[in-house]
Amino acid sequence: MRKARLILEDGTVFKGSSFGCEHSVAGEVVFNTSMTGYPESLTDPSYRGQILVLTYPLIGNYGVPAGITENDLFKFYESEQLQITGLIIADYSDEYSHWNASESLGQWLHRSGIPGLTGIDTRALTQRIRERGAMPGKIEFEGEPVEFKDPNRENLVAEVSTTQKVIYGNGSKRILLVDCGVKYNIIRHFLKRDTTVIRVPWDHDFSQESYDGLFISNGPGDPKMCTDTIHHLRGALDRDQPIFGICLGNQLLALASGADTYKLKYGHRSHNQPVLMKGTNRAFITSQNHGYAIDDESLGDEWETLFFNLNDHTNEGMRHKSRPVFSVQFHPEASSGPTDTEYLFDEFLNLINLTG
Amino acid sequence: MKRQQKIRKVLVLGSGALKIGEAGEFDYSGSQALKALREEGITSILINPNIATVQTSEGIADKIYFLPVTPFFVEQIIEKERPDGILLAFGGQTALNCGIRLFREGILKTHHVEVLGTPVEAIIETEDRELFAKKLRSIDVKTPRSLAVTTTEEAIQASREMGFPLIVRAAFTLGGQGSGFCNNEEELVKLAEKAFSYSGQILVEESLKGWKEVEYEVVRDRYDNCITVCNMENFDPLGIHTGESIVVAPSQTLTNSEYHKLRQLSIRIIRSVGIVGECNVQYALDPESEDYRVIEVNARLSRSSALASKATGYPLAFVAAKLAVGYGLHELKNSITKSTTAFFEPALDYIVCKIPPLGPEQIHRGVKGDRLQHEERGGGDGYRAHLRGGDPEGVADGGTGDARFCGEQRPRFPGYRNCAVRTHRHADLLHCQRLSGGLHHRPDP
Repeated sequence: MRKARLILEDGTVFKGSSFGCEHSVAGEVVFNTSMTGYPESLTDPSYRGQILVLTYPLIGNYGVPAGITENDLFKFYESEQLQITGLIIADYSDEYSHWNASESLGQWLHRSGIPGLTGIDTRALTQRIRERGAMPGKIEFEGEPVEFKDPNRENLVAEVSTTQKVIYGNGSKRILLVDCGVKYNIIRHFLKRDTTVIRVPWDHDFSQESYDGLFISNGPGDPKMCTDTIHHLRGALDRDQPIFGICLGNQLLALASGADTYKLKYGHRSHNQPVLMKGTNRAFITSQNHGYAIDDESLGDEWETLFFNLNDHTNEGMRHKSRPVFSVQFHPEASSGPTDTEYLFDEFLNLINLTG
Repeated sequence: MKRQQKIRKVLVLGSGALKIGEAGEFDYSGSQALKALREEGITSILINPNIATVQTSEGIADKIYFLPVTPFFVEQIIEKERPDGILLAFGGQTALNCGIRLFREGILKTHHVEVLGTPVEAIIETEDRELFAKKLRSIDVKTPRSLAVTTTEEAIQASREMGFPLIVRAAFTLGGQGSGFCNNEEELVKLAEKAFSYSGQILVEESLKGWKEVEYEVVRDRYDNCITVCNMENFDPLGIHTGESIVVAPSQTLTNSEYHKLRQLSIRIIRSVGIVGECNVQYALDPESEDYRVIEVNARLSRSSALASKATGYPLAFVAAKLAVGYGLHELKNSITKSTTAFFEPALDYIVCKIPPLGPEQIHRGVKGDRLQHEERGGGDGYRAHLRGGDPEGVADGGTGDARFCGEQRPRFPGYRNCAVRTHRHADLLHCQRLSGGLHHRPDP
């Protein structure tokens, strides 16, 4: 295996062996602590522009499933393609074995043009990121230098969003889905609940569209880059129709309502984030993947915190005090991760049925 | 303080005598429970005849009775001490059985002793296999299919419903007389006829031969909040007892979808049973699909719980005792970080591997054979090893040698092909945990 280096902006260097595509890349280095679900994570559009570090040490054991489609969506991936910029792991398992696998992780990375390094001390690397915060970094092969870059200064949402309107299913309720980098499992969850999903680009003016419920998806990067979406959302907030947002959707709704967002030091990327529904004893383990959060203090009078994180007390969701509008910072659609909050899709559909 | 304030004195049932060669898992869980009670300022009374335990050491329980864990003695202690509550789940099956008898004979009610944690009715329900299987089916959880028949024709009919391979078992016999596997109708008829010579009734059951064995440690509080602290996968296929098998935490061959499907089922089960505290759910998982069966549920701390505790650093028994006196998981602190919540699921950045006592020659034999066979048991704790990402240097010295797993034992276990595992006798998993360092001691960012 060819050697390559992971270089952080602060000068830290880690040497590893390449098991993916052999070319140099630059992005933001972030870590995820989940123990399963690399095919899902690697295709999650929220990881756009990022060099992903997996802290779980043995990766590749169960290979990668084939690109089978169902309802015009890849059945085992979360988007059309791999979204990460690069992958960093401790120990690559080239001898995969699973009934549903069609190729190895290395083959998949190779085929998709994504570099991957193994043999990195991911624990030391993660501790460094915890200490200094998520930062730019690069995977460099000998003789092929690249410059550092901060992907959060780019409009990543525009890169991952659909470019045209796409309609899925033929259910009784119409969901207008603003695609800022939607994970397929969100669409799958809606389709399971007797809906038609109208997926539109992130900057689409949906004020003239007819729908029963509006959904704002997850997505990569800094929410403040999505000025068009925020503008359109302001208009939607004046209508009485139900709105539901996930992850970036939570932040965009907050910005549209006049609240503020900020960047977390190293973000929440794992399958074990504990959240509590405010004012209750109901706690949930959630799947998360975000680098920005809503500033709870900035929420307007009409809004209230719905969930908060039990570890660092950051905002995990909000709702309007009188209108059928709510959003969450975590991922109720899971994939990958725990499925405990799937019921929120039912709550959204209930709101639609009540208002419709 | 969110705990029940009326509980001031609690009786803890210990596990009784240990046999030589047995590990001290229940001593561990009892000690943790006693420490949790002490932290709450609750007076603890322990009954355990085994002086060679940590829990009977000075400073752990407030008062100790070195008496057998039987209803006769427990009742006398209750009469003398008048405890407000009793803990049944911390002394293994011995304590649980004793508790069920105390409940059935009305002794607890007579003396107004409240069972803390999981209600006894729920425990009784899980102890009756047939009733419990019925309950699981009612919440859409699959258990192994089994049909009782009295003629060969009925056995053939049953095989058409279930498909081959099947296990035929003569009912009410000992030692598996008249039992065996069959792959087609011809073999079934032969087996059935043989089985009927032992018994008038035979059981035709689906075979789970070769399925993966996976278990989850699940915790629930009185607010219905649930977490799975850890899952574990047996290196050996179903049929080799977990205690005798190499066990790895977390699972190595499960996809996200499989992992979370079984996790979700575990939570559905613990909620349906109504456990307050900890339970263990064991699954058989088809290696060729996502099909599964629940093969066992333990409504108490089990041997696996002790392994899970040490593998993850999550103090299962300690937390279970706190839940029993009324706390919610989110109200408790992670006892390692002291600042974050106990309502979290440890994310490991290492792998823990429990290896039962095997001599080098047995490992060699296992590599050649289709699976490890190890009837002989060595003494002591056995080998326990830790591997972190195939880095044998990460394991401290004191080892007796390296065992190289070549993967032939179970081809489904990729990743082990190149992993050198240093086994070390008498080394404890706690030791390994310390080696693995700090990351998992913190909640996840």
